Amino acid sequence: MSAITTATEAIESPNALRRLFRRPLALACIGYLLLVILVAILAPVIWPGVDHEQAGDLIRARQGSTPDHWFGTDALGRDVLQRLLVGTRVTMVGVVEGMVVVLALGVPLGVIAGYFGGLPDRILTWISDLTFSIPGLIVILVVLSIFKASLLAAMITFGLLVSPHLIRLVRSATLPVSRELYIEAARVSGLSRFYILRHHVLPRIAGPIIVQASFLAAAILLVQSGLAYLNLIIEAPAPSWGGMIAEGLENISSQPWLIWPPGIAIGLTMLAFLLLSDQIRDVGVETWQGPRRRIRRKDITQVQAAALRVEGGRSDSGDDGSPAEVALLSMEGVRVSVSSPGGELTIIEGVTLDVRVGETVGLVGESGSGKTMTAMAILGLLTGGAQITSGEIRFAGRNLVGLSEQQLRRIRGSEIGLISQEPMVGFNPVFRIGTQLEDTLRLHQGMTRRQARVAAIDLLRRVRLPDPAAVARRYPHELSGGMAQRVAIARALSGNPTLLIADEPTTALDVTVQAEILELLRELAHDERMAILLVSHDWGVIADVCDRAVVMYAGQVVERAGIIPIFREPMHPYTAALLSSNPHHAIPGDVLPTIPGTVPKPGAWPVGCHFQARCRLSTTECGEAKIPMLQPTDERETRCLHFRVLAQESELVEVTRS
Amino acid sequence: MTSLDVNVALQQPQVRRGSRIGGLLRDPIAQVITRRILFAIPLLFVVSALSFVLMRLIPGDPARQILGPSGSPEAYAALREQLGLDLPLYQQYWDWLQNAVQGNLGTSIFRGESVVDILNQRLPVTFSLLFLSLLVTLIVGVTLGVLSAVRGGATGRGIDVLSQLGFILPSFWVAAVLVSIFAVQLRLLPAVGYVPIDDSVADWLRSLVLPVAAIALASVAAVARQTREAMLDVLGSEHIRMARANGIPPHRILLRYALKPAGTRVMTMLGLEAVSLLGGTVFIESVFAMPGLGSIAVSATYQQDVPLVVGVTVYFTILVVIVNLIVDLMYTWLDPRVRTA
Repeated sequence: MSAITTATEAIESPNALRRLFRRPLALACIGYLLLVILVAILAPVIWPGVDHEQAGDLIRARQGSTPDHWFGTDALGRDVLQRLLVGTRVTMVGVVEGMVVVLALGVPLGVIAGYFGGLPDRILTWISDLTFSIPGLIVILVVLSIFKASLLAAMITFGLLVSPHLIRLVRSATLPVSRELYIEAARVSGLSRFYILRHHVLPRIAGPIIVQASFLAAAILLVQSGLAYLNLIIEAPAPSWGGMIAEGLENISSQPWLIWPPGIAIGLTMLAFLLLSDQIRDVGVETWQGPRRRIRRKDITQVQAAALRVEGGRSDSGDDGSPAEVALLSMEGVRVSVSSPGGELTIIEGVTLDVRVGETVGLVGESGSGKTMTAMAILGLLTGGAQITSGEIRFAGRNLVGLSEQQLRRIRGSEIGLISQEPMVGFNPVFRIGTQLEDTLRLHQGMTRRQARVAAIDLLRRVRLPDPAAVARRYPHELSGGMAQRVAIARALSGNPTLLIADEPTTALDVTVQAEILELLRELAHDERMAILLVSHDWGVIADVCDRAVVMYAGQVVERAGIIPIFREPMHPYTAALLSSNPHHAIPGDVLPTIPGTVPKPGAWPVGCHFQARCRLSTTECGEAKIPMLQPTDERETRCLHFRVLAQESELVEVTRS
Repeated sequence: MTSLDVNVALQQPQVRRGSRIGGLLRDPIAQVITRRILFAIPLLFVVSALSFVLMRLIPGDPARQILGPSGSPEAYAALREQLGLDLPLYQQYWDWLQNAVQGNLGTSIFRGESVVDILNQRLPVTFSLLFLSLLVTLIVGVTLGVLSAVRGGATGRGIDVLSQLGFILPSFWVAAVLVSIFAVQLRLLPAVGYVPIDDSVADWLRSLVLPVAAIALASVAAVARQTREAMLDVLGSEHIRMARANGIPPHRILLRYALKPAGTRVMTMLGLEAVSLLGGTVFIESVFAMPGLGSIAVSATYQQDVPLVVGVTVYFTILVVIVNLIVDLMYTWLDPRVRTA
């Protein structure tokens, strides 16, 4: 219901109306509706005879457009345009009558339900549910069978039947407002309930009411013209839009043109109401979000489409397959960019890292450092329009960059597995766990359904779940977080991958469950010789399972080292700062050190070192040029010019400690 | 009325909870059925009581209508007594209710026949129209929705335009246009009439093509739009990303992993559309001169044949209850979370 809360803001600010008027489409709608109202008022005054005109110029009956009769004449020689214009009144009167009932009932009852809650709320909700199940049109017919040809009775009835829609909306708009502090304050200060509702609540919910009212006006118009079409509410020969369609249908073979003027009049007025409703809502949303660039649905659609479309035959570059490579996965200068209004925006800048067979490598950094993006780039699962623009990702002898979606798909799940931060939402909510595992097993191992059923339970056993057969029968929402992560690991194992990408696998879990999952990962890595790329911001997790660590900051790799050296002697100030701000290593009683500032956003990266603004060691040199990866020793790399200073400091600490 | 339903769909709670009484039963299907029936009882009661009160409180006494202005005062009094009109209102309603429960909805004033007989004869027409329209809505609406979710560009825009048109164009006008094109100009299909399915299945279908097309345009549009929104939501979700990370092929992701979770929202929409389709039969049966419940409701309204109109109301309400029951069962089948909720 965000539209409600946001449209609320629209009406509060005096600028809302002005902003609405600045939209050409909104202006056009308002202009058209005003014109219709004007016609409704004036036309019967200008042509007073039309309402009673049984027949017109019979000699000129059934004519097309002529200078005298722009829209031609009907079967009885009456001017179509005049009838259309005069018929506007009864149409609009119907809409107004219906709207008065809807608003008079909907607003007060909705406010009561939302503001007071309790019994009135429950009763009104029940009544609404009931009315939604009643075929409204039939009830109107019952009423019309008693009040013959009464437009007023029909519109009051329809208003009654429609008002629950408004009651519901007003209720849900009032509810949050009435819980706000200033309303409480007004109540405490002894203002009467009526005063509070009138002066504090109502102005806040006026926006959504107007949006909905415009919408309901369209619905009422549709029913009014329908009843007029059935000749139930207007006595002939008085014209109405709906009635004119009925007349047109009677003469459909001789004068097929007759149905068009009233049809177009109804369609345009409906359109004006609906578009106006949309426009008012949009103004509300705008106020809420500010004039931010809105992602249009089409863009999303295209991204999705691109992601899902099976792309055929893109050239498979660089498949020279040298089996002698030590690294299972090797990323070389991978750059990821996203196209933005200001041109290409780099979000990952030249990431280079290796994962060897059976090795566990940690990818560490704060949120926003690009570590998850890097992991997703490996699988070719970048979202939001991001793309790999340069570099190589070599996996088991192939370059994954430039592979087609179809080729990548054969690697996903079968050669590279993925487990994510939120295992629970990673499963499809409407299929049983067993079914989902069977799907991947059949896909990757070509099993039959029966084989897959047995294998799925085996997998669940392999991840140490007690009573695997029972787990297989459950739905995702029936699992605990820890169980869900084990099942997720089981699914990742279903294709016997040689590399597992674990994206923050324990972040959402309790501490004790965390330890169990890490233990499981460690065992799997050892028993199955499976390499793991573990993405985490938690040094405790990294220290627990990783052989080596790669530290990322603002889209760059800033340090790479074995796990023991990096803990003992970090060679990048960012690593050092991260380590000292890690609660696991805090000295009790001391203030937990934090890194001041935040990770700069892509596009706001400085020329030289990305960390310079937050670094205590930074010098002018750091900002002058791109910092290359330096190699202090064979096994270590850092992107810091001052790593020696840092090394000396940590030696100093070692000395003072001992 | 279609446009209204979008709002209702938004307001529908995502997960429906079992009623307390329903909770006594373990079987989720039994729970759904129990809940719907428990809801139907007050619904029918309210609808019939309202109609009844309306029909007896207001001028236009049935006895006067049957006799016409020429009837003698004695005959009038006798008929009043015969019809039970001299009894107090609650007594009259109680009698009506007792009869109604036994399947007797009274006698048509204008036709002099049993209301139930008249309506049962016409039920197959409206049922054919409703059933085919729902089928078309489901198949065409979901297909268009899925297509527009996956393909942007021309397909997406085309479907956008279609759903806008579906919202703003009255069904009876669409019907008039279709008749003008396909029946009058091209002479491909019959302009009016209904052929019972027992006579000829092919002619039955031919007689329903235009009515179904006219009435289903709005609901196809609504369902297509709802499917598109639901599919885009689901396609953006984590479990789809994980399915892709597991190498599930795209068509399987679309048609199995995304469509089923999106299906719950589509079903909610379909249930609401069924109610407005039922209302739409009133117009469409009149346009095509089909002898169904909707067209007799209109003529009964002209003739102020109140028992017949109330009878149609009861029939329509029962149809709505049945449709809602089917929707709820589909919902339960689609979303396991409802079952355990």
